[in-house]
Amino acid sequence: MNNNQYACGAPHNRIALKAGFRDGIPIGLGYLAVSFSLGIAVRDAGLTWFQGLMASWLCTTSTGEYAAFSLIAAGTTLLEIAFVTLIINARYMLMSCAMSQRIDPDMPFWHRFVIAFHLTDELFGIAIARRGKLNPYYSYGAFLTAVPGWAIGTALGTVVGSILPPALTSALSVALYGMFIAIVIPPARKNKIVAGLILVCFAASYVSGIVPLLNQLSEGMRIILLTVVLSSAAALLFPCKEEEEVPAE
Amino acid sequence: MMTWAYIAVMALATYAIRVLPLTLIKRPIRNRFIRSFLYYVPYVTLAIMTFPAIVQATEQPLAGILALIGDILIAWFGGSLFVVAVSCCGIVFLAELLMKFV
Repeated sequence: MNNNQYACGAPHNRIALKAGFRDGIPIGLGYLAVSFSLGIAVRDAGLTWFQGLMASWLCTTSTGEYAAFSLIAAGTTLLEIAFVTLIINARYMLMSCAMSQRIDPDMPFWHRFVIAFHLTDELFGIAIARRGKLNPYYSYGAFLTAVPGWAIGTALGTVVGSILPPALTSALSVALYGMFIAIVIPPARKNKIVAGLILVCFAASYVSGIVPLLNQLSEGMRIILLTVVLSSAAALLFPCKEEEEVPAE
Repeated sequence: MMTWAYIAVMALATYAIRVLPLTLIKRPIRNRFIRSFLYYVPYVTLAIMTFPAIVQATEQPLAGILALIGDILIAWFGGSLFVVAVSCCGIVFLAELLMKFV
């Protein structure tokens, strides 16, 4: 294998970049709507729109930022901010592990540092939904259209607050869930185990929100706990076949 | 100045979590359990984050349920990422509009 495969001018990389650019657009629009409300939290914490913009560009994480902004508003230490951010964002560690298994060992190493920068739920989802090894240029294309939506939405929310009519905010706020559905359903159609697993996840997620003790955990902790338990159970009951390069595809 | 320190710590902590596994795990994992576990992780996490959150995000819970069912059908029959995401918004918007008159 030569490294020309990862040259940025190579035709297949340009195609991947364009595909990412296109797939990033609906994510960017969804981000724009969702981060609007994050901007209100920025204002409440006493930060400027520029600080909100930078925080959103550097972190690109809704729950992590929300928690940090509310801590800042309450007056906190740097250590506390670091600790809470690590705990709430721990699910990205699982996603990062999953992603490491889809990387071609021949890919120049520095790409890993860039891909990791905006490893959000949605951008992880669309990258992993593609077949075969990850193409970093696909992710870069998606970054270009998706991430500005997140950063600009936060800044807009800080400056103008809630100007969108509630009916519009309500409709836009579900765009990201639509995207998740679009990612999990096609593999579920091909693989009955994945289909069943998704239904179990829906049920477990609902139940964990109403069961005492469990429902007192933060959103982030609940996601990690359920992910670890349900993925382990699936892996024990339905292990992937030994010889397969990418299991069950 | 203190605010920028907060933002720097937020950014560093978030990046550390995202970059460490990707850079420390350099070769394919051979262990069958871990490989299977990591194969299921994306579907499990995304499914957990979708429901019941989609129902709680809308003004009317029923609109969220309709969007969930509609979107699963559209995705099942081959709708693209963009189509499914836009339909989700469309279904909620129309459903909530109709519910105002019923």
